[in-house]
Amino acid sequence: MKSHQSYEIIWHGRGGQGAVTAAKMFTEAAYYAGFKGVSAKPTYFSERRGAPVSIHTRISPEPIRTFSNVLFPDIAVVLDDNLLEMVNVTANIKTGGLIVINSSKSAYDLELRGRFTVAISDAYHCSEAAGLIIEGNVLVSTSILGPLVAATNFVGLDNVQKAIQHKFKGKSLERNLKAMELAFEKTTIVELDNMSAVAQG
Amino acid sequence: MGQIEIITANTAAAIAAKLCRVQVISAYPITPQTPVTEELAAMVESGDLKAEYITVESEHSALASVVAASQVGARVFTATSANGLLYMHEMLHWAAGSRVPIVMACVNRGVGAPWTILNDQQDTIAQRDTGWIQMYCRNSQEVIDTMIQAYRIAEQIQIPIMVCYDGFILSHASTPVDVPFQDEVDRFLPSLEDRSGIDGKTPMNVNPLILSDPRPDANGVLMPGYMEFRYRLQQDILGSLEAIQSVDSEFQDTFGRSWGGSVWGYHMDDAEHAIVSMGSLASECTVAVDQLRSEGIKAGVVGVRVYRPFPSSQIVELLSGVRTATFFEKDVSYGYQGALAMDAKAAMYESKSRPEISSYVVGLGGRDVRPEQLAEATLKCVKGPVQHCWLNVSG
Repeated sequence: MKSHQSYEIIWHGRGGQGAVTAAKMFTEAAYYAGFKGVSAKPTYFSERRGAPVSIHTRISPEPIRTFSNVLFPDIAVVLDDNLLEMVNVTANIKTGGLIVINSSKSAYDLELRGRFTVAISDAYHCSEAAGLIIEGNVLVSTSILGPLVAATNFVGLDNVQKAIQHKFKGKSLERNLKAMELAFEKTTIVELDNMSAVAQG
Repeated sequence: MGQIEIITANTAAAIAAKLCRVQVISAYPITPQTPVTEELAAMVESGDLKAEYITVESEHSALASVVAASQVGARVFTATSANGLLYMHEMLHWAAGSRVPIVMACVNRGVGAPWTILNDQQDTIAQRDTGWIQMYCRNSQEVIDTMIQAYRIAEQIQIPIMVCYDGFILSHASTPVDVPFQDEVDRFLPSLEDRSGIDGKTPMNVNPLILSDPRPDANGVLMPGYMEFRYRLQQDILGSLEAIQSVDSEFQDTFGRSWGGSVWGYHMDDAEHAIVSMGSLASECTVAVDQLRSEGIKAGVVGVRVYRPFPSSQIVELLSGVRTATFFEKDVSYGYQGALAMDAKAAMYESKSRPEISSYVVGLGGRDVRPEQLAEATLKCVKGPVQHCWLNVSG
């Protein structure tokens, strides 16, 4: 993926899980990387905690003029692999696109099919290891950016770190950076050529 | 040039109110306006904004509170959406009739029933006859800039202004916004001169009952009747188009950005086919025009930024040269047509060269509107007029 292109990203999470925060930080990082147009629009059908939510993001060299929903994303980011059973996240993804998943499973075990790249990292346990736990909830809004930046080259790790530094302070900043960096290092990237992740999975 | 921040339109509106050094805020939370009230309340709480934040039990009281505060000379702010705005309806007339320079952020949302929290522009369009100026923004940068302009315009002509922007589509979408520096805003918008005549010593009756005909007051001075007051409101709101234009030009000199005054054009110089719209939908239309141009259709956008006062001569001028004009709007006057199309058609009656006019109602209650749909619908109208069609609706 090259930096002069435009990208459309759809984020799938659960209400309260931090998908909006993750999308906002990534678009901010993209702005630092030189994209003049970035947008992150949450879609609200049900705002209940735990219900599936999606965020529609655009990243472009030019200012964004369209605010409609992203139908055919270049990238789908899934904050919770349980959502794969409820939401068809691979349905409209562009050929040669990318799916980023927070999961402890392999692409094979997740039974993904299609022509796209899959980047998997156990963001949940990376956040847990970094001590990113508030009131018993493990937060994955920064750690999910690890596999996303590991599998792309148009934003860069340094810009994601900068966005996290802008958002958090002190101990919280340390934990968020550590969680993201751990998830970055532990990313597995698999190219699905067509049918399924048989061999590499 | 200010500081670039990646923020929502709601945050942009809250920051603008702070930059304009509002002195009294009263608002009742309603989705999707809520973050505006939360962020301003936090600014007042922390002391970042030296203002009185009046908590109230309803939108009616919110507007009543800022009317009163404005009447004694304070710079005031409120914000609302949808049914909250409808609940203000009585006080909207009162505010305009009282000639108080209130600026209100209206975060456009569909009106119940059935309940929706999602976007269309029925809420503000339904308030068009209240005597307020209505300005519609196409993105979050325009929201922050229009808020600052609105105080200048409102205080110059003593008429309240609604700054309208689309709920969720803009209110909750994060995009880069150039946030002006405080000292620049201070130079552009000096502190409000107290014109109330209330000094705290001499008791006076504000807004007394008035008779139909002019008559002398207790001091023998001939005072206007109801109709004279209302005639002045009409003359001044019609005349405000000039102020809106000059404030926008002055804003450009200070901040380097112009929003076109009351009406803006996109690729209209050589356009044969115009698309007319308001708010973020008009921005969406510019993408549709790019697509149409790539297919060899000479299309352009006429963006209506100010809906009241209606900029009829500017619209007539832009549309007189085109072959077709297609209207897209997120409102309807039930029993007739879309309000913008109706008004523009009435304006075009005065013109000798009238285009074929088509009109669509789109995106009610948050229904997604895509540029390719707008391009396709426009293409139909290029071939022959389409009368009041609802786009993407299953009958």
